[in-house]
Amino acid sequence: MFGYIIRRILYAIPILIGVNLITFALFFVVNTPDDMARMQLGIKYVTPEAIEKWKIERGYDKPLLFNQEAEKLEKLTNTIFFEKSVSMFVFDFGRADDGRDIALEIKSRMLPSLAIALPVFVLGLIVYITIALLMVFFRATYIDFWGVVFCVALMSISSLFYIIAGQFLVSKLWHWVPISGYGSGLDAAKFLLLPILIGVIGSVGSSTRWYRTIFLEEMNKEYVRTARAKGLSERIVLFKHVLRNAMIPILTGAVVVVPLLFLGSLLVESFFGIPGLGSYTIDAINSQDFAIVRAMVFLGSMLYIMGLILTDISYTLVDPRIRLT
Amino acid sequence: MEKLVTTSWLLILSALFLSACDQNNWNNPYSVADAEKNILYNVFTERPKHLDPVQSYSSNEIQFTAQIYEPPLQYHYLKRPFALIPATAKEIPVVKYFDNAGNQLPDDALATDIAYSVYEISIKPGILFQPHPAFASNAQGHWLYHDLNEQELISVFKLSDLPQTGTRELLAEDYVYQIKRLAHPRLHSPIFGLMADYIVGLNDYAKVLKQADQELSKGETYLDLRDYRLDGVQVVDKYTYRIKITGKYPQFTYWLAMHFFAPIPWEADRFYSQKGLIQKNITLDWYPVGTGPYMLTENDPNLRMVLENNPNFHNEFYPAEGMPGDAENGLLVDSGKKLPFIEKIIFTREKESIPRWNKFLQGYYDATGIGSDSFDQAVQLVGQGEATVTEAMVEQGIRLETTVAVSTYYMGFNMLDPVVGGTNAQERESARKLRQAISIAVDYEEFISIFANGRGMPAQSPISPGIAGYREGKEGINSVVYEWINDQPQRKSIHVAKTLLAEAGYPNGIDQRTGAPLILYFDVTARSSEDRSKLDWMRKQFQKLNIQLVVRSTDYNRFQDKIRKGNAQIFEWGWNADYPDAENFLFLLYGPQSKVRNSGENAANYDNAEYNQLFEQMKNMEDGPERQLIIDRMVEILRYDAPWLWGYHPKDYGLYHSWYQNVKPNRISNNNLKFLKIDAALRAKKRREWNEPVLWPIALLLVVLAVSLFPAMAAFRRHESSTALRAPSS
Repeated sequence: MFGYIIRRILYAIPILIGVNLITFALFFVVNTPDDMARMQLGIKYVTPEAIEKWKIERGYDKPLLFNQEAEKLEKLTNTIFFEKSVSMFVFDFGRADDGRDIALEIKSRMLPSLAIALPVFVLGLIVYITIALLMVFFRATYIDFWGVVFCVALMSISSLFYIIAGQFLVSKLWHWVPISGYGSGLDAAKFLLLPILIGVIGSVGSSTRWYRTIFLEEMNKEYVRTARAKGLSERIVLFKHVLRNAMIPILTGAVVVVPLLFLGSLLVESFFGIPGLGSYTIDAINSQDFAIVRAMVFLGSMLYIMGLILTDISYTLVDPRIRLT
Repeated sequence: MEKLVTTSWLLILSALFLSACDQNNWNNPYSVADAEKNILYNVFTERPKHLDPVQSYSSNEIQFTAQIYEPPLQYHYLKRPFALIPATAKEIPVVKYFDNAGNQLPDDALATDIAYSVYEISIKPGILFQPHPAFASNAQGHWLYHDLNEQELISVFKLSDLPQTGTRELLAEDYVYQIKRLAHPRLHSPIFGLMADYIVGLNDYAKVLKQADQELSKGETYLDLRDYRLDGVQVVDKYTYRIKITGKYPQFTYWLAMHFFAPIPWEADRFYSQKGLIQKNITLDWYPVGTGPYMLTENDPNLRMVLENNPNFHNEFYPAEGMPGDAENGLLVDSGKKLPFIEKIIFTREKESIPRWNKFLQGYYDATGIGSDSFDQAVQLVGQGEATVTEAMVEQGIRLETTVAVSTYYMGFNMLDPVVGGTNAQERESARKLRQAISIAVDYEEFISIFANGRGMPAQSPISPGIAGYREGKEGINSVVYEWINDQPQRKSIHVAKTLLAEAGYPNGIDQRTGAPLILYFDVTARSSEDRSKLDWMRKQFQKLNIQLVVRSTDYNRFQDKIRKGNAQIFEWGWNADYPDAENFLFLLYGPQSKVRNSGENAANYDNAEYNQLFEQMKNMEDGPERQLIIDRMVEILRYDAPWLWGYHPKDYGLYHSWYQNVKPNRISNNNLKFLKIDAALRAKKRREWNEPVLWPIALLLVVLAVSLFPAMAAFRRHESSTALRAPSS
C-alpha cells in the first residue's frame, strides 16, 4: 500500500502543474498585470510610473509564460508563471497584494471554516443516512412516497433561500441566535448553530435521495435475501447488513470531501460573517489578487487529490477484498 | 452512531442553555460584559488594504486611519461650507510667497511672479503618541523591541504580544519624516505623483532614496529617512517645520488636513522594518501609531477592528459654535466638553446587506446606510418629495439624516471621438449640438426617482453643492438644459433637443449626409439585473431623439483600458472630492489632465483653450468674488460645450438610533467619531425590549415531535412484526 500511495503522490505533481497552468491562463486572460496594479493602487492619481513600480516590486514586469529575451533555460524560468508557481510546491504561498503573508492568513482562517464544515459534514452524514434508511425501511409505503416528494421539494430550493429564511425566522423573528458574526472559544457556539443547521438542512433533499438509492440497490442483493431467510428482523437487516455493505459508495462520496472541508463555504461564510477561507477566496477574486487565488486553487487541488487517496485507503478498511498495489 | 447523535444534540442544547443563562438576549452578538458600556458598534464591508497613512486612500481605510492619525489641520465639525481649523497645529499656517531670487513677495503677488510658496507650521507642544512597543525602552534608554531576535519572536503573533509600551512627545520632525515617506521606494503613495509636482525636490528625493535602498547592506531593512535631506521640507525647531511648494498652490492647505500629512515617528518605522515582524504581518500598514483620540487595539480585518481611547490623547473640546439650527438639533449640547465621548468603537465586518440591516433593527448596530432593498421599509416621501422615516422606524426611535455628498456621477463624451467630439471646426460644432440635445433628452430627474429612490440632486455643473464656487437658485442652473419656471429649474422640452439635433445634422436621428440612422455607443461595466434596467432606461432616453444607443458592456478592467486609450464613445463615471474646493472638480475637464494624452483624470479628453487658461488662473486664487466670477465663466463654457451630461450629485441617507447623538454627517472630514456620543443605558434597555426570545416555536416543535412519534413507533412495530409475504386470501 505504501508504494501505491507514493505512486499516487507522484501522479499528483503533473496534475497540480496542470491545474496551476490552467488557473494562470484563465486569470491572465481576464486580468493583465497592469489591471492588477491599478486595482491595488486605486483609481485616483494612478500614474504609469506607479504601475510600473508596483509590477517590478512584485515580479509582474516579466513575460507571462515565455521570455523571448532571456537565454537558454531562463526563457522558461524568468517568467511570471515559473516564479509564482515553483514556490508553491514547497508551500511557500508568498504574500498577497496587500502585503500580508498568505500562509498565515490561511492558517488563521482554516479554523472558522472547519468550525462550520466539520459539524455540517458529520451531522449531515448521520441525518441523511438515518432518514434514507428509514425511507428504505418504509419503502413502498406512503412514508417513503412523501419522503421522496419532500426531498425533491427541498432539492428545488436554492441554498440562498435557506440562509435568508433561516436568518429571518430563527434570528430576526424568534431572536434565538445572532444573525451573523463569529466568536472565539465557547462563544462561537451561538454563531455557529444556525449556519450548521442550515448547512445540514440545505443538503437533506439531495443527499437523502442519494443514500436511499444506494440502500435500495443493496436491498436487492442476494445476501439481504439470505439474511431475511434466516429470520432476521428488517431493522437488523438494514442497520447491520445493508448499511455495512453500502459503505463503499458512501465512502466514495464522503471521504473525498473531508480534506475540502478546510476550504469552507463561499455563501454561508459571506452571509454569516464567518472569517473563513471561502470568504477569503471570494474577496481575492473580487480584488483580483492573483497570489491568493493561485494559492487557494493549488490548495484545493492538493486537498482533493489527498481526498481521493484517502478514499482509496478507506476502501481497504471497509472491504477486506480490496488491496492497493 | 446513536451516541454521536445524542452528543450532538447535547452540545446544541448546552450551547442554547448557556446563551439562555446570559442575562442578555440570546441573539446578542457581543459580549455580555459589554452590554452597558460606552461602545459604538459600527460596520465595515470591505477589508482595508492599507492603514499606513502614506498609502491608504479609500474610504473603508480612512474610517480607521482618520481616528488614529492627526494631520496638522482638520475641518470644523459643524460649520458649512467646510472650514479648516487647527488640529495639532497652533494655527492655520500663513503662506509666504517668494520670487526666484528668494525675495519675499506681498500676499497679493501675481501667481506668475511667485517662484515658490512656504508654509510654516507650528504644532502644539505636549502632544503624546499612543502607547506603543516601538517607544518601549529600558532604564538605560535602550529600545526593547527594535532588534528582536528569532527567539523573542517565537511567541509574537500580534502587536499586543509585546507587553511593554512607551510614548514620546510629538515633534515637528515626525511630520517631516512622514512627508519624506511619500517618496519611499518601498511604499506606494497615491499622491506621490501629484505632490512631486509641488513639494520642492520630492521627485529627486525619490531617486536618492531608491539608490540608498539598493545600497542597504544585506539583511538590513530599515532605511532611515532622517539621514537624507529633502529640500522642500525642513525642521525649523522642535515644534515647527516648513514646507516649500513650487509656485502657488492655495489648495495645499486642504492636503494638510489629510492623513498623508500626519506624523510618523521614526521609531515606529524602525520597529516595523524588522524582518521577523514583517513575516508575521506586523507592519505599519496594519498597526498604526498615532496621536489621535483612538488607537487600534484589535486588528482582524476579516472579522472585526476595534478602536479604543488613546490614554495619551491631548486636550480637545467639542465645538462651541455651529450653524443656524445646530443648537435646535441638539448639536451644541456638549459644547466645550472634552473629546472623545465614546470609549471604544467596534467595527464588525458585515459583507451582506440583509444581516447588516436586520442587526441594525435589533439595535446591535448604532447606525446604518440604506440599501435599495430596505429603502421602502425605512423611508417614505412626504410633502414636496421630502424624505422621512416610516412609521415603523419612528416607533423604534430611528431618525434619518441626509446630506448631499461632495461627489458627482456623470455621463461623459469622449471628445476625441469624431461623432460626439468632432475632428474639425464644422464637426465640433455639430458634435456640440448633438451633446446639448442629448443633455436635454436624458432626464436625470426621472433617473434619480427610479434608480436612486430620490437620493440625488440633478447636477447643473461638475461642482457639487456645499463647495465654494457652487451657485444655488436661478443663477446656478444650466441654461442649456433647464429653464427657470415657478422658482424652480425645469428641463427644456424634447422639441428643443430635436431642433438642436437637426441643427447638428441629424434631423429625427438620421444622418443627413449618409441617410443612415444615428448610432451611438455606450461603454459600461454593467452586470446586475438592476444595471440592465438602467441601460434599458438609457436606451429609451436616446430613443426620444430617435438615436439608437448600442450598449457595450464589459468588465471594469477592459472599460478602464478603453477609457485610457480613448476607444470609448460615451461612458459613465463618478468623482468623490478630495477637498471642498471647486478646483477639485473643475480639473477633471482641464486639457492637460487628458486621460489619453497625459494619463490624467480628464476621462472625456476635453480641451478648451479658454477654459484651460481660466483654470490655471482660478486654481492659484484665494476664494472670493473674483475667483467666483472666473468659476462662473468656466462653468458657462462647460455647459455650452457639454462634454458631460452633468448627471447627479448623490445624497447620503443614514439611519441612526435614538441613543446615537451629535450626528452631523459629511464626507469631507473623516475624523468625526470623536464628536459622537452614545447613551449606552438606553441602548441596553431597547435591545432587551426588542430581542426577547420567542419561545412558542420551540413548544410547538416539541408537541409536533411528540405527536408524530407515536404513529411512527406504531408503524415501525407493525412493519417489524409483519410477515415478508402475506398468505393469499381464501
